[in-house]
Amino acid sequence: MSTPYAKLPGWAEYGLIPLINLAVAFLVAGLVVLLVGENPLEAAYHLINGAFGRGEYLGFTLYYATTFIFTGLAVAVAFHAGLFNIGGEGQAYVGGIGVALACLWLDQTMPWFVVFPLAILGSAFFGAAWAFLPGWLQAKRGSHIVITTIMFNFIASSLMVYLLTRVLKPLGSMSPQTRTFAEGGQLPKLDWLLAIFGLDIGTAPFNVSFLLALVAAFCVWLLIWRTKLGYEMRTMGHSPSAARYAGMSESRITVITMMISGALAGMMALNPIMGEQGRMQLDFVQGAGFVGIAVALMGRSHPAGIIPAAVLFGMLYQGGAEISFEMPSISRDMIVIIQGLVILFAGALENMFRPAIARLFAMQSRRAAVVAQTKGA
Amino acid sequence: MDNIAIELRGIDKSFGPVHANKNINLKVRKGTIHGIIGENGAGKSTLMSILYGFYQADSGEILVDGKPVAIRDPNAAIAAGIGMVHQHFMLVENFTVLENIMLGAEDSQILNKGIAKARVELKRLEREYALEVDPDAVIEELPVGLQQRVEILKALYRRADILILDEPTGVLTPAEADHLFRVLGQLKNQGKTVILITHKLREIMAITDEVSVMRRGEMVATRTTAETSVEELAELMVGRRVLLRVEKGEAKPGEVKLAVEGLTVKDGRGVTMVDNVSFNLKAGEIVGIAGVAGNGQSELLEAISGIRRAVSGSVLLNGKPIEVTGRADPSELRNRGLAHVPEDRHHVGLVLKFEECENAILGYHHDKRYLNGVFLNVDAIRKDAEKRIAEYDIRPPNPRLKTANFSGGNQQKIVLAREMERGPDVLIIGQPTRGVDVGAIEFIHRRIIEMRDQGMAVLLVSVELDEIRALSDRILVMFAGRVVGERGPDATEGELGLLMAGVEGRKEAAE
Ligand SMILES: Nc1ncnc2c1ncn2[C@@H]1O[C@H](COP(=O)(O)OP(=O)(O)OP(=O)(O)O)[C@@H](O)[C@H]1O
Ligand SMILES: [Mg+2]
Repeated sequence: MSTPYAKLPGWAEYGLIPLINLAVAFLVAGLVVLLVGENPLEAAYHLINGAFGRGEYLGFTLYYATTFIFTGLAVAVAFHAGLFNIGGEGQAYVGGIGVALACLWLDQTMPWFVVFPLAILGSAFFGAAWAFLPGWLQAKRGSHIVITTIMFNFIASSLMVYLLTRVLKPLGSMSPQTRTFAEGGQLPKLDWLLAIFGLDIGTAPFNVSFLLALVAAFCVWLLIWRTKLGYEMRTMGHSPSAARYAGMSESRITVITMMISGALAGMMALNPIMGEQGRMQLDFVQGAGFVGIAVALMGRSHPAGIIPAAVLFGMLYQGGAEISFEMPSISRDMIVIIQGLVILFAGALENMFRPAIARLFAMQSRRAAVVAQTKGA
Repeated sequence: MDNIAIELRGIDKSFGPVHANKNINLKVRKGTIHGIIGENGAGKSTLMSILYGFYQADSGEILVDGKPVAIRDPNAAIAAGIGMVHQHFMLVENFTVLENIMLGAEDSQILNKGIAKARVELKRLEREYALEVDPDAVIEELPVGLQQRVEILKALYRRADILILDEPTGVLTPAEADHLFRVLGQLKNQGKTVILITHKLREIMAITDEVSVMRRGEMVATRTTAETSVEELAELMVGRRVLLRVEKGEAKPGEVKLAVEGLTVKDGRGVTMVDNVSFNLKAGEIVGIAGVAGNGQSELLEAISGIRRAVSGSVLLNGKPIEVTGRADPSELRNRGLAHVPEDRHHVGLVLKFEECENAILGYHHDKRYLNGVFLNVDAIRKDAEKRIAEYDIRPPNPRLKTANFSGGNQQKIVLAREMERGPDVLIIGQPTRGVDVGAIEFIHRRIIEMRDQGMAVLLVSVELDEIRALSDRILVMFAGRVVGERGPDATEGELGLLMAGVEGRKEAAE
């Protein structure tokens, strides 16, 4: 018998357990806040209010969430094929080249809706290319993807420093970044979307790439559960020996999966570059590739879980910034601690409360059965 | 009353809509071997899992030695003196025997002292029950029979008085099975109680004192073994009369479908597993490969079906070569009419986490009728699966159920249905009825023979001599990677047994 844990109803499995994990993470985080001598309730207030309290705040939360949806999907796709792509960070970074090239080329002559599709293709292409190498190395030479993708993050970082200081920087400029794009290289905001709910977006950079992220999430669902390729990926992820038996080529699937994963990570670059800054800067990824791992873990590698998980992390980013602004003794590092706790409880210790909950459910159903019996008798 | 080791009262268990155990009552007397039989999916493993604390019953009571006990998890079961030998062993592969036995029962934080004590205790147990194993051998290097012994020792080390064995002989060679039964007899003489689940009625007759029959979740009968017969048990299980021997007419062999010539296969460590094997397989005949497990049969099947690369030799399928020494592509071979039922259904033939219908297309997922362009045609896949489920009486009839939740025998039917129903030219089958109930065995055997009569060429590997003899038109015996003899279907068990042990073969080869 494979699972010693009894099966739980779906709502408990996908709703109750994550909520309990989250609640515990926040409780422990609250203790940490107490430890530095601040009021955890106040911190919680700033966190929630800072993330959702105003249209502008919500706009920022969703802006971050957009980024995390892309990187979360990237990790999830690889997960399904049994691959652990830690290279989202580097793939997103290199994906920026594609966005920048499209914008630098056409921003002055074309409207955004012409540049955007090209930038999408460019980011996906560069992200995929950056993931292709580790995938190919694993498929052909057996170099483990976890190792190579980490190495490629470092290489990406150096490469981008080189490009941004030598190649893509406008002449005479002192900062390592491209020139600021003209109108055609900037994505329109989704102010109208928030306006529907009577909210004012303010300065928040919440932009159309959010819609692209939702489309990508749907496409990932289609890919994984409704295509032949997705079927092959899942087979390999669950049982490499069954995949071999079925005549699926492990190396082909590894390479293709990594490229799709890299393409999704690369598309993340659209959001900060075209959606916010209007130029490509050094370090624009800011750890989003790694957050994607947590998002995928929390979302159980399912698009329907990844979107809320991404919003949660968006909230932590945005609300966290708000806390450190309002409560100076809580530094940004504290926010990282809180995020770490969420990852710890929702990801690594995901199963901690499961046995207890399963037992509760078992007791419940037994009692129900007894009641039914006595009634029947 | 005193001599009842375990009593179950009104045990009830459902998995969603599946009512796996319905109001089960059972008494097992102390110091006896109690058999439990029943069709695939009858609920035997579920009942034992409840007894061992893996599942919680929805209602009902468990009494050990007359006292009600709450068995919430396996630890509680162990505390109550219940030990279990799982169908799939739960051993740490790269630990030694001793380490595995001590695992979780270390006594103290300081290992050294415990190890010395455990070693002494282990020696005592080994002597008492004739269960020799080298305490310092690493598990993964032991044959299955010995691994199972370690499982038994593990339970005894934890002072189990009641031992549950769930289909223990499915993976054993006949000699290993015999030894196991001697051990069980020994345990019984020492006053231990044994509960034995098996599909092999011969084993039930040979070693149990009492036998209980389950059908569709209910306990339908308990008999004293000495007062019943194989026929009665089979009928009780299935609810109708069962043909225990398949009837088959003369084979009418046609042209050669599969020609194997000088095939040699080595395993990962470079040990020769298949050694220069040659044979022909014709349309309309069943060739059985007999042999003790581990004599190269598995590797032979894998090489022919393109999963494992051979070192040398050639194989012709329908007169055209299979690239056995290069990159044979299993899906291309399927298109060319070669179907393969692998021996290991859990890791190779199925993806246990998939829904049933997803497994029903494994390997055939390129088939046009399951696809709309690059998309899966989910409707067609489910409809097809439903049809198969009906034809093969797979229970429960739900194509969306996770495959892991089907009972062992029904899982096997899923694989067989997938591989047989496309009418391949050549069907290679490893262990077609491992863990399958008598009713289903009858069905599967009949099906294989039907396929033969329609002109299919069947290559059958089985460690069950009975099965080989019942089905095969020709029998090849493998020993140490070589084919050491060929016999007709009327060969006696003794004759084959000698060949399988490598005794006769050497003489024959020398002549
Ligand atoms: N975890 C589970 N979830 C849902 N259904 C289950 C689960 N475990 C078992 N079942 C169902 O319960 C029924 C009884 O299964 P069980 O494994 O006890 O059968 P069995 O008698 O041991 O069969 P076999 O001889 O094939 O091993 C089957 O219909 C099976 O599909
Ligand atoms: Mg079973």
